[in-house]
Amino acid sequence: MKYLRTNLHEIETAEELKKMQQEYPNLMVCCGRMGPMCIPVYDVMEELEEEYPNVKFAAMAFDSPESGIIRNDPACRGFMGLPFTMYYKNGSVAHATTSIQSRQQITDVLKTKF
Amino acid sequence: MSLKLNFNPDFSMFLNCRAYYSAAVCLKSAKNKIMNDIFDVAIIGGGPAGLTAGIYSSRAKLSTVIINEGSFGGQVVMTNEVANYPGVEQTNGYILANTMKKQAKEFGCKLMSNVKIVKYQITGDVKTFELEDGRIVKSKTVIFSTGGKPRYLGVPGEDIYKGSGVSYCATCDGDFFTGKEIIVVGGGNSALEEAGTLTNFASKVTVVHQFDNFQAFPAVIDEAKANPKIEFIMESRIAELSGDESLRKAIIEHIPSGKKSEMKIDGVFVFIGYVPNTEGLESLLTLNQNSEIVVDSEMNAGIPGVFAAGDCIAKRYRQITTAVSDGTIAALSAADYLRNQK
Repeated sequence: MKYLRTNLHEIETAEELKKMQQEYPNLMVCCGRMGPMCIPVYDVMEELEEEYPNVKFAAMAFDSPESGIIRNDPACRGFMGLPFTMYYKNGSVAHATTSIQSRQQITDVLKTKF
Repeated sequence: MSLKLNFNPDFSMFLNCRAYYSAAVCLKSAKNKIMNDIFDVAIIGGGPAGLTAGIYSSRAKLSTVIINEGSFGGQVVMTNEVANYPGVEQTNGYILANTMKKQAKEFGCKLMSNVKIVKYQITGDVKTFELEDGRIVKSKTVIFSTGGKPRYLGVPGEDIYKGSGVSYCATCDGDFFTGKEIIVVGGGNSALEEAGTLTNFASKVTVVHQFDNFQAFPAVIDEAKANPKIEFIMESRIAELSGDESLRKAIIEHIPSGKKSEMKIDGVFVFIGYVPNTEGLESLLTLNQNSEIVVDSEMNAGIPGVFAAGDCIAKRYRQITTAVSDGTIAALSAADYLRNQK
């Protein structure tokens, strides 16, 4: 079931996320809601899709039970602000951020981690 | 009834790309053209004021470009619920802003997003704007509608604990603080309304405000004071935030006495107003003591062909409706200026 109104691919199940981690060596997933802290991050990701063809960008609904795979990830321990943004490199968490992030902050991570 | 705005930190850095692909195509195809053509109207900033100015000027058949460093839609996209925009029963800021953007585009307005201007030249008949990537946009008039951004606390620990205890959005992050004790900083409508919202989650909310009275509407103040889960610390400010992997305590300074005390807390929500996005314009335009652009009733900014509109100008009320009004006036004034130039 889709919850998010973005142009990003929305991951609907934990299984699908695991599959994408295997399929894409560089995967960025923003786990959030359609709220003020999350929308700007989705927007930046949509823009970056063209600039970073080596990275797969996707979103996942924070309120979906399936997103427990992100919410409960050890990398998100202590996170208290939406969205939780995950950067997976070759199937493993390379970086994770909490709360809103700027375009500069996101591209800095993409450049250093991917 | 007021619009409930949930401001977004670092807002001005963000880009709305719902129509990214079309905007990108527009940008690419316009690249050389923009270098050579002189637009009738250049609008700096794509919030409600800028988009409205774009709608009006492009519909008046004036060649118009909106140059936007941040998200199209401005702060309105951060508004979860818009219930008092006339003619629209209920919507959210994101949808409203995107409808404005769509209208501007359909009338022929060129939209340039995620573009930073590094140099302005706004005197004379032709204004020029040098972009970060070296391109130069030229126009006969300019409307500054650069909007505003939330004010930060600016204290040690704020950046460190953003997302780990420091938040700027009760609706977004309130549920992370269920059963916890938190501080809300501020004394305006947003602060007191959000303090009330946060009592749905937190066990205790302490409002810390720098003055001895609140700036919120009386009804909002009464509602907050009647809430048994809200306490108040007046004439005080947060001096420092600290903790381990999450925020744990705040140092609160009583401003008149300078006395500092420590409070164990789990979260701090900041609602202390906004600052106008007028950096870089100080030497070009007349700004007031709050760094807002001073305009007259026609939105003239003191230089022939230069206008300003929206949250970046000096005014008392800041609503979507007032921004839209400013944008309309600025566009009509620009059209009038161009007519008189012929």
